[in-house]
Amino acid sequence: MSDMGSVAIEKYRNNNYRNNFLHEVEAHVEGGEWVKMCMQCGVCAGSCPLGPHWAHPPQEIFMMIRAGKREEVLTSDSMWMCTSCYNCIVRCPRGLPITHIMHGLAHYAHRLGLAPEKQPTREFAKLFWDNITKNGRANELKMGLSLYFKDGFGSGVKEAMKNKALGQAMMKTKRMNPMEFFGGHGVKDKSGLHAMLAKAREIEDAKFEQGK
Amino acid sequence: MAKKEYSFYPGCSSQKGASASNLQTSVDAMCDALDIQLNEIPDWNCCSASIGYGEGGELPRIALSARNLALSEQHNPGQDLVATCAACWLATREASERLRGSDQLMAETNQALAAAGLNLEPAKPQRVRHMVEVLIEDFGFEALGEKVQKPLEGIKIASYIGCQTNRPFGIDGESFENPVYLDKLVDTLGGDTIPDYETKVQCCGGALMFSEPEKSQELVKGILEAAHDNGADMIVTPCPLCQMNTEVYQDQINAKHGTSFNMPVVYYSQLMSVAYGKSAGEAGLDGQIIKARKLENIAGK
Amino acid sequence: MADEKLPVEKFPIEKKVGAYICKGCGLGERLEGAQLTMIAERDAKAHIVREHDFLCSEEGVKMIQDDIDNEGVNCVAICACSRRAKTEAFRFEGVAMSRGNLREGVIWVRPDTDEARETTEEMAADYVRMAVWETKFMSPPVGNEEAACQRDILVVGGGVSGLTAALETARAGYPVTLVEKTGQLGGKAGQAWKAVPDRAPYKDPVDTGVAELITACEADDNITIHLNATLTKTAGAPGRFEADISVESGTTVTARFGAIVQASGYEDFDANKLSGLGYGKTPDVVTQQELEALARAAGGGPIKRPSDGKEVKSVAFIQCAGQRSNKEGLLSYCSGHCCATSIKQAMYFKDQNPDIDTNVLYRDLRTPGAGGEDFYRSGQEKGVTFTKACVDGVEVAGDGLKVKFEDLILDQDSEENVDLVVLAVGQVPNSGVNIDAVPLEAEEGSEEGIEAKPAEVHVPLESILNLDYRQGPDLPQLVDGFTDSHFICFPYETRRTGIYATGPVRRPMDIISAREDATGAALKAIQAVENAAVGRAAHPRSGDLSFPQFRKEGCTQCKRCTVECPFGAINEEDGYPQFNESRCRRCGTCMGACPVRVISFENYSVDTVGQQLKNIDIPDEFDEKPRILVLACENDAYPALDMAGMNNIEYSAFARIIPVRCLGSVNLIWITDALNSGYDGIILMGCQKGENYQCHFVRGSEMAYQRMSKVDDTLQSLSLEPERVATYEVAITDIERAPQLINEMAETIERIGMSPFKF
Repeated sequence: MSDMGSVAIEKYRNNNYRNNFLHEVEAHVEGGEWVKMCMQCGVCAGSCPLGPHWAHPPQEIFMMIRAGKREEVLTSDSMWMCTSCYNCIVRCPRGLPITHIMHGLAHYAHRLGLAPEKQPTREFAKLFWDNITKNGRANELKMGLSLYFKDGFGSGVKEAMKNKALGQAMMKTKRMNPMEFFGGHGVKDKSGLHAMLAKAREIEDAKFEQGK
Repeated sequence: MAKKEYSFYPGCSSQKGASASNLQTSVDAMCDALDIQLNEIPDWNCCSASIGYGEGGELPRIALSARNLALSEQHNPGQDLVATCAACWLATREASERLRGSDQLMAETNQALAAAGLNLEPAKPQRVRHMVEVLIEDFGFEALGEKVQKPLEGIKIASYIGCQTNRPFGIDGESFENPVYLDKLVDTLGGDTIPDYETKVQCCGGALMFSEPEKSQELVKGILEAAHDNGADMIVTPCPLCQMNTEVYQDQINAKHGTSFNMPVVYYSQLMSVAYGKSAGEAGLDGQIIKARKLENIAGK
Repeated sequence: MADEKLPVEKFPIEKKVGAYICKGCGLGERLEGAQLTMIAERDAKAHIVREHDFLCSEEGVKMIQDDIDNEGVNCVAICACSRRAKTEAFRFEGVAMSRGNLREGVIWVRPDTDEARETTEEMAADYVRMAVWETKFMSPPVGNEEAACQRDILVVGGGVSGLTAALETARAGYPVTLVEKTGQLGGKAGQAWKAVPDRAPYKDPVDTGVAELITACEADDNITIHLNATLTKTAGAPGRFEADISVESGTTVTARFGAIVQASGYEDFDANKLSGLGYGKTPDVVTQQELEALARAAGGGPIKRPSDGKEVKSVAFIQCAGQRSNKEGLLSYCSGHCCATSIKQAMYFKDQNPDIDTNVLYRDLRTPGAGGEDFYRSGQEKGVTFTKACVDGVEVAGDGLKVKFEDLILDQDSEENVDLVVLAVGQVPNSGVNIDAVPLEAEEGSEEGIEAKPAEVHVPLESILNLDYRQGPDLPQLVDGFTDSHFICFPYETRRTGIYATGPVRRPMDIISAREDATGAALKAIQAVENAAVGRAAHPRSGDLSFPQFRKEGCTQCKRCTVECPFGAINEEDGYPQFNESRCRRCGTCMGACPVRVISFENYSVDTVGQQLKNIDIPDEFDEKPRILVLACENDAYPALDMAGMNNIEYSAFARIIPVRCLGSVNLIWITDALNSGYDGIILMGCQKGENYQCHFVRGSEMAYQRMSKVDDTLQSLSLEPERVATYEVAITDIERAPQLINEMAETIERIGMSPFKF
């Protein structure tokens, strides 16, 4: 904030505790309409398995949204700490779908290009989606390899070597198949699947544009 | 008893040569013993699991599950859709419930499905069930116990349920904080339970095992430690990702933390297969990276 | 002690005692009935002694009734179960009755073993003696001849509490006179635009209902309303209060009332005392009450800010303004209603225009009541922002206001620009003069009695009631100016019998609570009227017909009774106490206070207890059988000991328990007599005292502690160890602790040895 111009600061301040960002979240984020219902008890923060690794636990994120801290929220890597364990959901006394909201915020930030670059879960999530949508089913071998090689060949070989024993054990127990590298499992109706996903994306994009 | 038929969604990890292929092997053996017929949904696709959220938007993710629901309705009409993978079950059930709860979502989803030549009938939703629910509700522990030929005597088993089989839906009638069905099952099969196993619903890191291995392995360490401290011979779980995360990284955890874990992690279906008299191979025990010797011994009797 | 003379003249001097020994509930198996009969006859000299296998049966009760009817028995000693049990069966008109507690007090607290048998029998024998001697010194209460029944009820205050009390009373068929200081009914709530909803779905502000309430009161033939009127004098007692109602114009009417409901309400805490929140500096900082006026002016349209009439687009609510603070001059307590009120007021804006930004800055959001949580949720659903914050200040900034605060969730300094700031200031009770802050002339320098406290009220206040009571013109206060009542057991019962405080004068509250509260107070006032008519006591000895009497010739005019009475029941007349029977709650604190022991009740006196402790058999020093006297308050300690019996919790067989009405009724002579006659230990068990008191008579247990602090001198003069006398606060839940205290005393005696005063 310190390197923003004074005009920007004033503008930012004027948005403090205004509902602007809350409305944006309500319009564009999955489960966003629930954000205002948080009562700040903190049970979510205390229930999260990776709780200590969140710079801002969920209830704080909710307050930041209500305080109009758009950039701080969307550039945060907190939401990417979610392991999807759903503990917060079942314990929230107000019934907020916290896991979904965290997913929704992460997705929204990713889509706007504001999510932190090189955030490992962000990168893996993209890799995963691309992997499963390519053939309609997960290709675990390629997923592992592309994860190792995401940062280039050199570090990829290193990563792969680190997990060599693991890979070998998986192959030995027939739980990983080297032949997956050449195609592997997939749905028969790939074109239908791709058309379906394209259509879904198209509908969502149109709504996104409309809501801007 | 008449054969029970279900529309079956195996999921990616249960495929041949995939990380939970031994789950499928043992499920087949278990179903054989219980006279269950699983009718695989033709041309099913990945559910996109929970980690799909990063890139996939809400509608594309729902569409993936909707495609499976539509295929299931079309090819296995009138049958409950049953999944063995926690993520598959959760994603499919959640999609089904959300679609039922919103006409708009249903309409948009059907628009997308139309591009694949499919359609969901809003009025006739299929039940989306976990295999464990089928066992408990359609058979019951008493009936499951009647099939036992080789009781799992002398094996102390920590019931690790994990997250997604337990939350947000969970098995009907069980608590989120202390579900007991796996203990009851172990008991039914003649094994020894650890009722106070304190990490039974703790997170294994899920998909973050790939992106945040250190943080996730720390979680797994806790799960293993509690099992070890309670004197467990092995851990049993219903979830393929839990199984993999708790079993295959033990070497790496040992190397990092100076521990010496060598804790077998098996599926409930493997326990059942062995107890029902199936061979070690039929029970998929050859798929264990850390061999479940005590279970193998009983299978070999 | 005047133990040779029977205390009450109205009752026939010729007393015929019937003692009845029950053998049911295992008493027959555990105790030697014949032995007990012999003791009742020979030792205690009962005229008729009968045993029965099942005394509380129809047949057993008839046996007693026959003796009353045919044999002239007028004193009945029932030696069976606790006085708290079988009260329906053992109810005989026109006779004195005592109870020997052989069941809960003996066989249920003692083991059924051979070695325990002897001491258990001795225990039972003593309780038989005690019962017979107690009843010999009792008379059946004949009731108050001065009982009066004025059915009219006076309601002081015309706000929601007063109007509700008036209406409920009138609807129950009692004439009501309502006195309102201002020229308008409705009070604070009457000036509000809307109210917090009082029923499902608890989503939106609702009509206050005050207009209907006023209309209903005005239309009711049973209600007389005096506006611009105050009470210039209130005298008398329940059933016969006399009040001067003075109207602003100068006329005064005097009227008689059976009971009074004081609903004098509250004032807003003065926001000018708050520093840094901008109040007084700009008209755009307002209190909640002032916002109501703005909302009324807007009438459902856009609310405009006072300074320039601009439509308010953003508003911040500052909760706990000057409340829940330990700073001098601010309120220490939570006023309870303000969070819900701010939610309601934020909805005034949101309902009119959802784009208005409303931020409630709270420290802890508290929305008590059935719908509080739902209403909070509704506020959230409507988009009200709730920020857990510590407000640093409000400044005028450009066109508007800048609120600076620490966001306690984000843990950072924040600020917000708004058009309007609303302060949630607290309720200050309008309870009149703090009588405890005024030193009582007669008692200055006295070590006993109510000591003058340093003045808590800085501004001299007008009296509300102008009571013509020796103890001061208004209701006694507990803390922070709220009227004193036993808030757990008898919330409306003040320390002035027949006067019921209700609404925010009693504790902070909202409209919903006030209406409920006022209905309760109305019913209590009606009850007081009916009790006064027949001379019955109010809580907690409801129904008791006895009242204190004193022997004038023995009185030294020391005034302790008038000072120590927690209820202001005793006035003075020519230096002598003048009892106002219907103000009396029958606790006996006056009796405990009297140094010359001239005060007594027909059924409870220095003698009824004194004779019991004198007739307990005190074994010789070398028998190694100590005696522990337990004086247990009948409200909490005695039931706790009974429950110990029900749970078969054992305690020492050397204890002899005498119930007392209140520890305040314990006269030091009992302690002195007991020590002189060889008791080895004495335990007093009363209720909790102090600010969070549990004493059912408010100050009785406090008084007992003060008096007992003098016992050390007595012990010293007798060369006895101070450990021999102990005073404890015992709650009704102390089922295990009470027996333990007795056992500890037994151990103490074992350690320090027997009393040398046995003969």
